[in-house]
This record gives sequence, structure tokens and C-alpha cells, in this order.
Amino acid sequence: MSDLTKLKVSSSPHIRTSDSTRQIMLDVVIALMPSLAISIFVFGLRSLTMVLTSVCGCAFFEWLYCRTLRKPVTVSDCSCIVTGVLLAFCMPVAAPLWLVLIGDAFAIIVVKMLYGGLGKNFMNPALAGRAFLMASFPVMMTLWTKARTALPLFVTPDVVTAATPLSALTESGNFHLPDATLLDLALGMTGGCLGETSALALIAGGLYLLYRRVITLHIPLSYLGTVAALTFLFPHGNAPASFMLTHLLSGGLMLGAIFMATDYSSSPVTKKGQIIYGVGCGAITVFIRYFGSYSEGVSYAILIMNACTFLIEKVTMPTKFGYVKPVKAKGGDEK
Amino acid sequence: MAFTFKGGIHPDDGKRFTAAKQIELLNAPTHVVLPMTMHIGAPCAPLVKVGDHVCLGQKIADTEAPVSAPIHASVSGTVTEIAPKLHPNGSMVQCIVIENDFQDEPDPSIHALDPDTLTTDEMVAAIREAGIVGHGGAAFPTHTKILSALNKIDNILINGAECEPYITSDYRILLEYPWEVVGGAKILLRMFGLNEVKLGVEMNKQDAFPVLKEYLPQDESIKLCPLTTKYPQGAEKQLIYALTGREVPSGKLPADAGCAVFNVDTAAAIYRLFATGMPVIRRIVTVAGSAIANPKNLEVRVGTPIDQLIAACGGFSEPPNKLLMGGPMMGISLVSDEVPVIKGTNAILAFCKNECVTAKNPVCIRCGKCLAACPMRLAPTYIYNYALKRNVAELERYNTLDCIECGACTYVCPGKLPLVQGIRSGKQLVTDERRKRK
Ligand code: SF4
Ligand code: SF4
Repeated sequence: MSDLTKLKVSSSPHIRTSDSTRQIMLDVVIALMPSLAISIFVFGLRSLTMVLTSVCGCAFFEWLYCRTLRKPVTVSDCSCIVTGVLLAFCMPVAAPLWLVLIGDAFAIIVVKMLYGGLGKNFMNPALAGRAFLMASFPVMMTLWTKARTALPLFVTPDVVTAATPLSALTESGNFHLPDATLLDLALGMTGGCLGETSALALIAGGLYLLYRRVITLHIPLSYLGTVAALTFLFPHGNAPASFMLTHLLSGGLMLGAIFMATDYSSSPVTKKGQIIYGVGCGAITVFIRYFGSYSEGVSYAILIMNACTFLIEKVTMPTKFGYVKPVKAKGGDEK
Repeated sequence: MAFTFKGGIHPDDGKRFTAAKQIELLNAPTHVVLPMTMHIGAPCAPLVKVGDHVCLGQKIADTEAPVSAPIHASVSGTVTEIAPKLHPNGSMVQCIVIENDFQDEPDPSIHALDPDTLTTDEMVAAIREAGIVGHGGAAFPTHTKILSALNKIDNILINGAECEPYITSDYRILLEYPWEVVGGAKILLRMFGLNEVKLGVEMNKQDAFPVLKEYLPQDESIKLCPLTTKYPQGAEKQLIYALTGREVPSGKLPADAGCAVFNVDTAAAIYRLFATGMPVIRRIVTVAGSAIANPKNLEVRVGTPIDQLIAACGGFSEPPNKLLMGGPMMGISLVSDEVPVIKGTNAILAFCKNECVTAKNPVCIRCGKCLAACPMRLAPTYIYNYALKRNVAELERYNTLDCIECGACTYVCPGKLPLVQGIRSGKQLVTDERRKRK
């Protein structure tokens, strides 16, 4: 008879989806590629140097951490690549390369690995890394360059700071729309962080993620919807529609709503929770943009909601199938 | 519009290998092995001794216990052995071995029954005597189900969802024996005194619809309801929800939601019992999987060792890595091919490569896919975690016992966590704790 010695006995189910953590992470990286392409077009090849430095940095720090603590090395799940790309994406292209590495080290070692690694960190590592850099190196983190300026690939460039459309929009007392047209904003032909400027490229990536079922619409839609509603209802100036669109298309909003807020580890696992979380992110973003001293509210809004994720998740657990309201015990009818 | 439930998954249904294969009759084996437990409930005790001559369909084992089903000789011949043998579930169970004399001499007590002249009680008694159990896989005694539902229900549902991948036995029955399914449904209608039965069939079995429609009665007492192709559409509670919009209350029976669900082959078995008087002695089994040379649907005697089914399908094309009884989502993995077909066996699957991708170091990435897939709306990742921590209070809070072990969560998990396995151990912890408290 046939050889049955290889029979493996295991618990059901006996088939599984081919999706894996690594596949998901690579999908996210693929989805970020259109934005990188635009970034290279707008800011030159220095964008690529920044991103590659950041990715190598993240992978190296994760490897180093695992090695030093003699834990299984987790670099192969590719989540560090996502963190690397995202962190570079939310830095100005003129920032020095060593600054990127400091951000990487903070994001990977402090925010991700010390909390237990992938899936256990309660804050988005890339955003936390950026927030850390903003707090420690505020000048270098706001070295905005004009679009299409030639920059050196490796050495830190000398640049004249230019205003971003968003800082123009949110500066107090400014009721005018920025010079950049909506089309420029959508295409990304403006100043700003490395990967956040082209809303269209980011949306294309988002559609890919939706198609691959890596993310669902819950978080991006509730986030963007809230921002749209608030800016439309409470506009500065008298052109609510274009004011709203400018807000939607500028700054890190698209990058945040599609790629940062949807980070699995730091967002709720329940669908209802994801909507609450998205609305929260949207409301805080607008609040900071209207009243805060920073022009950009996205990263802090998401970090604040990250901190609420655990709570939101607890109160939005789905009601189980067949739930019956407990009957007020009249002599202990059932237990 | 097809009916469905919320949640669930869409695995590759794998039915293309056998869907077009007509049911083939497998010759009765030289001997059959009949375990004393082929159903949920109390095991039977043998009524025959070694050396006895038995007829086809003769009752050879029974018990007084209310939840159980008697066992019948599936061939005529001589009892050669009564001893513990390997059961598909991996344990040793008392079995009666009958050597076939190839006469197929029927038991004299077997005769057709007329459902129109019998009372409900007599019909239920006949079903019990015939040893009919749920043929969908769980093998719950049908008479017990009917008794628990009599006078409590207003909906009879026939389950033709067959949502498990690879299995096509119910589909072939719908195509080749539609009158048996319809006939069984009519008998159930009379038994319960109701006037409507819903027959739910998944959309991937659409080609059975026109065939079935020809046999449906004019008075529309049997309604054919298309179901969305989705796993676990055929799980009892999900089917009830899809067809009636009712949720079976947690911890209660379908009858508490006014419903009783019967598998299509169970309905067919009821029909055959009344038409011929023959108890459960045969089974339609799909034999498929990547390691089977020539996948088929076979009609076999209960008690046939499964190596004969595999041989009838050309044997293994490659040494199998996994041998399953039942579907790939909820079936059990076998340790050997020397176990018999039992009443609940709807498929024998053999896979050569590892279809079950595992990770060396499974990590939950909190993607939430398991929550979205869970048909019971539980939080599998939470339950799994608390099961690892053996935290019974939290396991209770997250409704561990409501899990139907459908496996949807483990299937979708990109982190490759063995969720169901963990949840099962969690269930054990909860039941142990509850027992202690009593
Ligand atoms: S928790 Fe239980 S019911 Fe829910 S998907 Fe997992 S196995 Fe199925
Ligand atoms: S599907 Fe797996 S990885 Fe995703 S939340 Fe559930 S357990 Fe975690």
C-alpha cells in the first residue's frame, strides 16, 4: 500500500489563506510606490536616497535589537520596510540623512520593539518617530524646499525655507487660499514632506490596498469625511468648497488617513471602533489645524487616537450572534 | 437575491474536481467494520455474538439511552469479531466486524412504510429504529432532534448549502436523487404538521435548481432558496439566520428559534426508510484532494474501510501529507487509512502538499480580519490570547463557548495563529471551571 508514514495529524481547519503578514507588508510598500515616484519627480533623486536610508536603518535597528536580546529575528516579516518608507515620507526632503537614522532608531527600538514588536506597539512607529524628531530638531524638520529644486543626493543641502500650502492656509489671520492651485495640490507639485504631497498618487495606493483587502474603507473614509464636513461647515473665508478641498489635499492628510491611521497595530480591530477612531482623527486634525500652533495636525491627531485605541476597542466589541438580554433575575431563572 | 449571514470567508471551493462525477456504486467489501459510536450520544451495545449470521439491515446494536442511534448490518454474512478498533476520531472503539457473504439477503422485518397511515409518534419511532442521524457531519440522532422540535417550531429547513470546500456528495444527491430529498421533505412536513419547508442551496450549485424544480410539489410547500456561496453558510445557526432572519439564542437549540434543520441526505435517508424500509446502511462519500489519483463520488456501505475507497479512486498519486474525514475546514485528520466509513462521513480527502500554511513564529498583527470573518461575531484574537493566559473570567466575558469552531478565523489569519486550537482549549477551561463551581 502507499506510504502513509508522512501523515500529519493536526487540528482543523486544514486549509488557510495564502495571505501572510509579509505579503500584506509588501502590498503596503507597493501601494507607496506611486507616491515615491512623484516625490522623485518633484524633489529629485534625493527622495530615493532618503527612503532607502530609512528602510535600511529600520531593518538594521530591528535586526540589532533582536540579535542583542537573542530573540528570533523578525526582519523578514517586512513590517520594518513599511515603517522605514513611511518615516521618510513624512520628513522634509532637505533634512540630513543622519536625522532619518535617529528617527528610525527611535521608531523601531523604542516605539515598536520595546513594546513587544509587531502587533503589540500601541503607537504608529513612523509617526512617533516623526513626532520625536519634530520635538527634538524642529528647525531641521521644517526645511521646506520649493518643488523641483535640485538637491544634492547625500550631503545636507543648504536651503531657503519656503512656505508649504498648508502653512499658508493655517497661519493665523490668513483667510486666503494658498497660491498653489488645487490641481498642483492633487498632483503634488508643491512643497511639503517627501511623500505626502501628491494626493492622487496616495489615493491610487489606497485603492490598491482596498483591492488587495489590506485595508477597508472604515478608517480612511470616516477620517477624510470628518475633515471634509468640518472644513466645509466652518470655513475660513467664503469659498467653503475650495477651502474644504484645499484642506483635504494638503499636508499629510491623505498619507495619514490612508497609510498611517490604518496601521493595524495601533488602530482598533472592530469595525465600529474603526469608524469612531477615524472620526476622532478627523476632528482632532481640524482642531489642531484651526487652533494649534503647528500647521500640521495629522500626526498628532493620529497619535492621540492611537492612545485611545485600546479603550475604543473594548467598548465597541461586537454583540455576539444570538445575544439575549439577560432577564432580570426573578428567582434565578437561568444561570 | 441569495440569502446569507454576516461574516464568513470565501476559500477556493475545490468542488470542480468531483462536481461533474456521477455517483459510482462501490462494490460491497469482503468485511465491514461497524463502530458502536457513529453518532453524538451514548454508544450502543452489540445485540449479536461472534459467529451469528446477520441479514442486510438487521439491527445489530442498540441502547436504551435517549440520545443515540441503533446500528444495522450493512451487509449480510457472519459476525467474525467484536473488539476495539481504531475509530476515525483516533481512539479505540468497540466494533462489530461482519464478513460479507455477498448474498445481500434482507432482514425479514424490512418493509416499506406508508407515512399517511402513521401517527407522528410512530414515524419518529421508525426513524429511531432506522438509526438515522444528521448526515451533514455532526451525526446528531435525527429522532432526538425531531422530538426536541415537535410542537415548538414553525420552520423546517433542509440544508443543501454544502459550504465545505471539496465536498460534492450533497450536490450529487440533489442532482441524481432529487425525488428522495423532496420526498423526505414531504414526510417531515407531515410529521410536524406544517405547510412549508425551505430548501437552502448555495449558488455554486445552481445547476441543480432546474432539476430540483421539476420535483417540487405544485402547492409550493417546498421552497427552493438560493444561498450566497460563503463559508460557513451551512452551519446550522447561520443557515437559520439566512433563511428566516432569526438568531438562535446563545446556548439554546434551533428549536428555541422555532426552526429544525435537516441535511439533504438526512431527508433522503428518511425518504428511503419509508419507501423501502431500509435503515441507514449506505453513504455517499466524496473522495478528493490533491493526493487522490482520480477523485470520485462513491456510494459505499457504512463500515467500508476507507483504504478501499481510495483504491477505487486509483489510489494515491503521491504520498499524502494529510488524510481527512470530512471537509478541510472542520474535518478530522486521520492517523491511518484503516478506519471505516461511518454514518457522518461525507468526504475522504487526501492532500499531498501542505495546504495549511503555517508560520514558524505566529504573531497577531491586529489586522481585525478574524473578527470580520467570525460568523458568531466573536473576537477570536482576544479569546486566543486569554486562552493562552488561562484567564477564565475574560474567556467568559468574550463568549468563548459561543464559538462553533468553524475555523473561519484561523483560515483568514495572516499572522497564521492557530486560533481555533487555542479557542478549543479556552472552551475546555471554561467548562472545567463551570463544572467546579457547581
Ligand atoms: S471564533 Fe469560532 S465561530 Fe468565530 S470564526 Fe473562529 S472558529 Fe468560527
Ligand atoms: S486575523 Fe490573526 S493577525 Fe489578524 S487580528 Fe486576528 S489573530 Fe490577529
